[in-house]
This record gives sequence, structure tokens and C-alpha cells, in this order.
Amino acid sequence: MSKKLKAAIIGPGNIGTDLLIKMFRSEWIEPVWMVGIDPESDGLKRAQEMGIKTTAEGVDGLLPHVIEDDIRVAFDATSAYVHAENSRKLNELGVIMIDLTPAAIGPFCVPPVNLAEHAQNLEMNVNMVTCGGQATIPMVAAVSQVQGVEYGEIIATVSSRSAGPGTRKNIDEFTRTTAGAVEKVGGADKGKAIIIINPAEPPLIMRDTVHCLTNETPNEAAITESVHAMVKEVQKYVPGYRLVNGPVFDGNRVSMFMEVEGLGDYLPKYAGNLDIMTAAGLRTAEMFSEEAANGSITLPNRG
Amino acid sequence: MNLKDKKVILHDMSLRDGMHAKRHQISLDQMVDVATGLDEAGMPLIEVTHGDGLGGTSVNYGFPAHSDEEYLGAVIPKMKNAKVSALLLPGIGTVDHLRMAKDLGVNTIRVATHCTEADVSEQHIGLAAKLEMDTVGFLMMAHMATPEKILEQARLMESYGANCIYCTDSAGYMLPDEVTEKIGLLRAELNPNTQIGFHGHHNMGMAIANSLAAVDAGAFRIDGSVAGLGAGAGNTPLEVFVAVLERMQADHGIDLYKIMDVAEDRVVPFMDQPIRVDRDALTLGYAGVYSSFLLFAQRAEAKYGVTARDLLVELGRRGTVGGQEDMIEDLALTMSQERAKEKGLN
Repeated sequence: MSKKLKAAIIGPGNIGTDLLIKMFRSEWIEPVWMVGIDPESDGLKRAQEMGIKTTAEGVDGLLPHVIEDDIRVAFDATSAYVHAENSRKLNELGVIMIDLTPAAIGPFCVPPVNLAEHAQNLEMNVNMVTCGGQATIPMVAAVSQVQGVEYGEIIATVSSRSAGPGTRKNIDEFTRTTAGAVEKVGGADKGKAIIIINPAEPPLIMRDTVHCLTNETPNEAAITESVHAMVKEVQKYVPGYRLVNGPVFDGNRVSMFMEVEGLGDYLPKYAGNLDIMTAAGLRTAEMFSEEAANGSITLPNRG
Repeated sequence: MNLKDKKVILHDMSLRDGMHAKRHQISLDQMVDVATGLDEAGMPLIEVTHGDGLGGTSVNYGFPAHSDEEYLGAVIPKMKNAKVSALLLPGIGTVDHLRMAKDLGVNTIRVATHCTEADVSEQHIGLAAKLEMDTVGFLMMAHMATPEKILEQARLMESYGANCIYCTDSAGYMLPDEVTEKIGLLRAELNPNTQIGFHGHHNMGMAIANSLAAVDAGAFRIDGSVAGLGAGAGNTPLEVFVAVLERMQADHGIDLYKIMDVAEDRVVPFMDQPIRVDRDALTLGYAGVYSSFLLFAQRAEAKYGVTARDLLVELGRRGTVGGQEDMIEDLALTMSQERAKEKGLN
């Protein structure tokens, strides 16, 4: 029997399709279902062509197949508005939910910082924060793991082409959610997030700046080592994650300047902001799968 | 040009755009002193916030001497006739800041986006309109898009509920013909009830000429700053613009001598540096770069040894937009390392 956990993707848009392509390469997760709401949508057609079962009936169309197809994990790439219902229905059947929407009903998950903890606790719903959060919170954590950070600020600059209508309609959600996770996961006492959308052509690769203000004079050697180690951790699932400059030390300010290039699976390489979300979501499911395979967690019982 | 009896609403920026030139360190007393002087001179609208708008307080843009709440709370109760506006950049400030500003008595909310990204302003413009505030859509860096694109984006803001749309020359790049074309198209195509505004910077020495072109093409609101106090080479200096409008017999409603005195007696004394078209400010205009990058580029020059001019030209080449101040230190680090390498090879 395969060690892979079987998965469903809800939402066949850019994120869902990119996730599907990545999942075909995974040693731990096997894509089985793509769930949409429009039978004519390109996303569902693409998924069919790739040999995946599809339904255009939304999550309700998936529910009758969850047990027989042994679906253990679902990725929600729809919207915050429908996520809670999707999650409730699938959790009831023992499906672990990876939330790629801004709904954030479960705990924030930034893989190199707190994924192991969530997997150990068998959290049935984890939220992937935001693209800017995935790109920057590892850096805030790298500093706060060395010494206290009284203030963490991140500035995410994304290309206009990679900022979808959902982000644009509710950009406050990005700033609030990311700032909250800079505190809760990054470990800063106070968090601030800024997002800039740049329309330059050709599109710029996602850029992120992280500023931390430390409580005490920063331990430059220890922070530098911690930052470089954390970059390597993120590179395990996002190879194009790069520290361009820094850490720069200026009084109690520690600054890192990052660039995130995607793998170019379905989304273009410049859209590192979208790529880091799908990669982090998949990495999260893989960790649950690995832990289940080695027996350190037991998935919900199925008769 | 005939502007006789043409009505123009002036809007002072010295206590918001001027915050850039003061590294956001204007004191509460200075704010109140300038604002009361402007009120007495007949200024109808005065903008007060961090230079980067509500919620702009940050490492990236600078921590201000006081919070937006403190500035607004100090100035608004002292106003006899003038109304106070606040700027808000979606992605930096949120609707929570907007509600706070409304509660403190702010009359006008100006929601600013890059000129091609108006759709990030829907929730903020929508809420301000719903709260029955004077709601302005503010299209920044308007030199970076065609007149047709500006119109398309203006229509979005209009559809969200803005009652006034600004064409904003954030880089001080535009020449009068471009202003005429863009303002003229907005005036011809937007709802006749929607007001049009122009916001200039003096980086190419064109702020007065551009503002006149804007009025002539149908702009009703014109931004400027008393004594020019603003980012880059400053905004359209209002005392100068008032004198010009006076000569042209336009209907501006400002007491010329009083605003001259506010400029000379209340603003110039607290300037950190002369607001003028120096080499770096001129580069902003020439290269089409966001005016508030000026002091950041000069600080990066001092720290990393790459000239502000080289930094600004490269930032222009890369198509940076408003708010990308973090690129300046990043670029200075990269350029200084590249130069060190080149030297090492010689």
C-alpha cells in the first residue's frame, strides 16, 4: 500500500492548478480530486486532462467520495467566505484542511517555524497566512529565536499581474493577517505589514523587506547565522527564496532584503508570492503524511 | 490663458506632504501654528497626517514625532472654517484608520493608489462614501500611464463612490501639455458632478505652470504647499500660486498677504533644508521617481557611498512606484558591492 496521503484541491484557479502540478512530484501526497463550481471552467478541464477526478458541485460533490477514495487532506484555494463551511464538512469526515484562504479559522502555519508543532498536535485545520507572511515570517522568527524583537515590520512588493482580484478587493485583510502572524508566529511583540503592487513590465520578481527592532543591542554573529540557516530551511521547498542583502545592522534595527522566485510550474516565475503559498501548503501536508507514516501521529479512524 | 472668475479650491499639503521634507518630525505646536495661519488666510482644505498617510508610521517610511491621532486631534478643534483631510494608501493604512480619522472630525478622505492599481481602493473609497465623507480618489505617479488608462482607473474610483478624482504628478515629471491632456480627458469623460484635482511637485520647476494648465483644462481642486513644504523640490508653492491666480483674476478665496506671511514667518523657520530644485530633486523629476525617495536616497549616499543621483536614476529605470522606499537601501547595498568588486578587479 502506498505511503502517500490522498488529497483533494478545492478551487481550480491559478493557485489550485499550480498546487496540482507540484503535487504530482510529491513523494508524500497524491492528488485525487479537483473541486470546482463551474463545469466549463478551464481549471476543471485542465485537471481532467491531467487525469484527476473532478466535480463541479463544490465540496458537496466531493463528500460522497471522501471515504471510498480515502481522502485524508484537502487544500482550500477558494475564498475566506466559503472556507468555514468547506472546512466543517470535511473535518467531520476526518479530512485535514490546509487553508490557503485568508479565513484563518485554524492556527497560522509557516512551515520552518511551527509546522512540526502543528503536525504533532494533529491540527485539523491550519492556515497558510498570506504570501507576504510565508516570505517574511521565517526571517522575523530567525531573529526572534536569537533575542527579543519588540517590533517586526515586513514590506511585500508583488507584481501587478500576480495580485489577484481577491487580494485587491480586500487588501486590508492582507495587512491585518500578515501583521498578526508576524506577532504570533514570527515572535515580534508588535507586527506591521505593508503591501505594494508594482505594474512594471516585465513583471518584477516578488521582493520582501523585513525590519526587526530588537530589545537589546543585536547579537550580529548569532543573528546572521540564524538568518542564513532559516533561508536554507525555506529553500528546501522554495528553491528560489534568496537573501539579496543583509542582515544589515543599524543600531537596534536588523534588516533583511529578500527575493522570491517561483518554480514556474503553472504560475510564472516572477509570481514567487503565489508559488511560496502553494509550496508551503504542500510542504505542510507532506509533514502530516510523513508523521503519519512513521507512526508519530495517528490519523482520524475510518471504519 | 483666461482664468478670469474661474473658481479654484486650494488644498494645502504642508502638514502631510511636508512631513516627508521634515522626516515626519513636525511638532504639534508647529502643526497648529501653520494650520491656524492657513485657516485665517482662507485656506478651505488642509491635509494632516504622516507623509505616507494614515498608518504610515513605520521603519520603512519613518516614525513620526506624533501619531496621526495626536496631529488630527490637535489641529481639527482649532479650525474655524478650514476642513481637514487625511490621506490613506491601501496596503499601508486600513479602514480602521479611516474610521479613526472620521471620528476625529476629518472631513475629506483621499484614497491614493498607483495610477494603474485603482481596484485596491474599493473597500476604502466605498466606506468613506458610505460615511458620507468628501471622498477623493488619488491616482499617483500619473505620468506612468496613458491618458486613457488614467481615465479607466478614474472611472473605477468613481464607481466605488469617489466624488473627486486627482491626477497626481508624484514625481514632478509632467510638463504642461501632458497635464492638459490628462485633466482634459478626465473632465470630458467623467460624471459632470465628479470634481477633478491636480497635485504637482516642483522637481522640474513646472508646478505653477502645471497647476495653471490643470485649472484651464477643468481641474477644480489644486494641491499645493505653503512655502512649497513637500517631498522632493516641494509641492506647488501656494503663496506663489495665489499671487499668480490673483493676477489672472481667478476666484481662489485666499488672502495673499496672509498666506505669504504664513510661508515666511511660520513655515520657513522650521525647514530642515531649503526646499529647492537641487541636483537630487531635479533627478527625481527628470527620471520620474516618487518624490519622497529624495531624503532616503541622500541618506543611502551618505552611508553606502553611491550617489543619490545614481540611485534615483536606477530606481526610475526599474519602474519603482510610491511606497517602495525599501528598495533604496537594498539597491545602495547592491550597487556599492558591485562597485567594490569592479575596483577589486582593476
